[in-house]
Amino acid sequence: MAHLAVAEAAIPASETVVAVRGICKRYSEVEALRLIDLDFPRGKLTTLLGPSGCGKTTLLKIIAGLIAASSGEVRVNGKPVTGPGPERAFVFQDFALMPWATVMRNVAFGLELQGMGKAERQSIARNYIAEVGLTGFEDKYPHELSGGMRQRVGLARAFAVNAEVLLLDEPFSAVDEQNRRKFQEDLLRLVDKERKTFIFVTHSIEEAVYVSDRIVLLSRRPGRVSQIIEPRIDRTASPDAIRRDQGYLDTVEEIWQGLKHYVD
Amino acid sequence: MILFGYRVPMMASLIVWCVIWEVVGRSGALFLIPPLSSVLVAAFAMVQTATWQSAALVTLHSFSVGMALAILVGIALGVLMGRFKAVDDLFGIWVNIFVSAPLSALVPVLMILFGIGETTVIVTVFLFAVWIIVLDTRAGIQHVPNSLIEMGRSYGASPFALYGKIVLLAALPEILAGIRLGLVRGVKGVVIGQLLVSIIGYGELFELYSRSFDMENFWALTIILFAAAMLMSAAIEHVEKKVDYYAGVR
Amino acid sequence: MIAPSRVGGPAPAVHPPEGLGASLGRLASRHPVVWRLSSLVLFFLAWEIAGRVPISYAFPTFSATLVALVSMMADGSLFVAYGSTLQPLVIGIAISGVVGVVLGIVMGLSRMAEWLAAPLFVVLQAAPMAALIPLITFVYGIGLLAKTLAVIMLALPVIVLNGYKAVRNANPSLVAMCRSFQGTKLQQIAKIIVPDASPVIFAGLRLGLAAGFIGVILAELLITPTGIGDLITYHRSVANYAEMYAAVVSIILVSTLTLAALESFETRLLRPEKRRG
Repeated sequence: MAHLAVAEAAIPASETVVAVRGICKRYSEVEALRLIDLDFPRGKLTTLLGPSGCGKTTLLKIIAGLIAASSGEVRVNGKPVTGPGPERAFVFQDFALMPWATVMRNVAFGLELQGMGKAERQSIARNYIAEVGLTGFEDKYPHELSGGMRQRVGLARAFAVNAEVLLLDEPFSAVDEQNRRKFQEDLLRLVDKERKTFIFVTHSIEEAVYVSDRIVLLSRRPGRVSQIIEPRIDRTASPDAIRRDQGYLDTVEEIWQGLKHYVD
Repeated sequence: MILFGYRVPMMASLIVWCVIWEVVGRSGALFLIPPLSSVLVAAFAMVQTATWQSAALVTLHSFSVGMALAILVGIALGVLMGRFKAVDDLFGIWVNIFVSAPLSALVPVLMILFGIGETTVIVTVFLFAVWIIVLDTRAGIQHVPNSLIEMGRSYGASPFALYGKIVLLAALPEILAGIRLGLVRGVKGVVIGQLLVSIIGYGELFELYSRSFDMENFWALTIILFAAAMLMSAAIEHVEKKVDYYAGVR
Repeated sequence: MIAPSRVGGPAPAVHPPEGLGASLGRLASRHPVVWRLSSLVLFFLAWEIAGRVPISYAFPTFSATLVALVSMMADGSLFVAYGSTLQPLVIGIAISGVVGVVLGIVMGLSRMAEWLAAPLFVVLQAAPMAALIPLITFVYGIGLLAKTLAVIMLALPVIVLNGYKAVRNANPSLVAMCRSFQGTKLQQIAKIIVPDASPVIFAGLRLGLAAGFIGVILAELLITPTGIGDLITYHRSVANYAEMYAAVVSIILVSTLTLAALESFETRLLRPEKRRG
């Protein structure tokens, strides 16, 4: 029902939304990334997976335009990235919610910055608040929500600006295990529904295999692409069936074997 | 700040301000600001006079006695407030009132109670410094993780060892921060006390030089005072950094 | 941080079980007001006893001080005094507030301004500025201007430094969030940095106000006796100790209540996470 394949054929250029070419990043002493070349296909969820300190978050922030690369370039739909742009939206590891603003204002904040009128942006925000299952919490403040609910706000905010590419930086790492599983299932439903390109950073092998169409394995510092894996899992099966599926378990094992030697 | 590719240390800008002072002083535009250089010359001459030396000694004495009392009482009360809810409830409101109350209004009262002299200044220093030490010590004690106390108990620490070896040491970063803030306030206390009492120590000299319009000596006094206050604060900060390493991993 | 660390709720884990009568303890923990009231009553009782002993000829009882306070309110002298004391304080705090917050924000945003001004204000904050009060008397005489300057000298540094530190340490993750949604630099400052910094800026204003109270009283005692300083000096000179104590108590009371009011205003306005319910 599911089998494992290592992608060797390049994806046709027309399908590529985000193209990373020869990205290097050096901090004064440390070389964080070395010559990264990657293509991110449209409508897929690609995960950057690797040991801590491999530069996966740095790469994601370079794609987002939040940090400048030392050399190389990132193109989104053929246009080089010089900073953040409207076609990309970022979901933060620590949620980055404004504690002084309600759920409604937080979700609508991207639109507020674009100068959209209040009524219009609130109706869009309300839609996405419902989409992530937070209807009824519009007037609550972040401190009144659980960690999982806060990240749903972060996700709704990213969806609300209607960007093509969603960049998720370890979005579930500060969420407890039960909420995390529920959240992963919701994410898959949203990937299916919204038809956007997702780039996802995580350090959890199980999470990566469960949610991804493609997994990019990065080596330890300096980060380089060591392997690309496409888990072919039948997403129509129930979540519990997927987690017990032999192909899923084999992929997890294969990645673990590949990463094990990085662990001290 | 980075200038022409070199890191210019933060405190270097004080040199810029000193130059501005010198220029303003030399221009003679403001009678009350003599050039910095002549103030420094005056300061150098002043520290050699017996008047200054005895004034400084009196001031230092009042300050150290007041501060020693404030640190002792402050830590003791802070520990009690941090550990026992009854003490906390009893004293909490007063500590919070006095930590930000205009204590300068109390000095006249102290003057009639303790006489116009050194005792009043000592009590002023104590009152200015003690409350912040209490509050920070209390916060430090309350932040000692319960697991650390349980660890001590489970390994059979006596109550004495529990406080001496665990609680006080774990709270040390906050206690030191409290003492540093207390010192800064204590310096203000000694100056305010002596200005109002105005017949002893630095206060007497301030009174003398400002009445005789002797600006060089007035500023020389001020500069020595400011420098002493800064040095003391920096010294404590240095100790604080040494214990900070474990504040992060507590 | 310069703000004194006031830790609101006691950490329950550290407190060992109370030994003071379980039922009384429960009553008090349910009603913190009970504790506060009993704490006040105990203090005033101690004062009354100390006054009756008396520990000093110049130590009136609490009841005598209270009577004096009421009579000073009744004959209006207290209110007249506050009319003149509050003038330099309000003007000085208003000026320090506006100038200090703006300067602090600029220093937090611009590395050049930070380099130039931050060390200066660090020195001014740690130094005993009260020493300069005799100086301003010369230049600006003994009027309102000199007293206002005294307030500004004591209040400004802490307001500037708090504003500067708050802006400088604005949550980098929120700033990155604003950038990722293409917020302009102006939007970043107005919608993220200043709101994020406002609790600490407000704490600076409270500390500045507390310093301003010290400054105005000091000015009134050192420069020329006016307002509350005059009440204290006059009643002391004629040995009306109860009236003198009443004036001192009143200024501590006024400053405490003002600061508490400012704090609750701040909580309502700026800190949804600290609001109850």
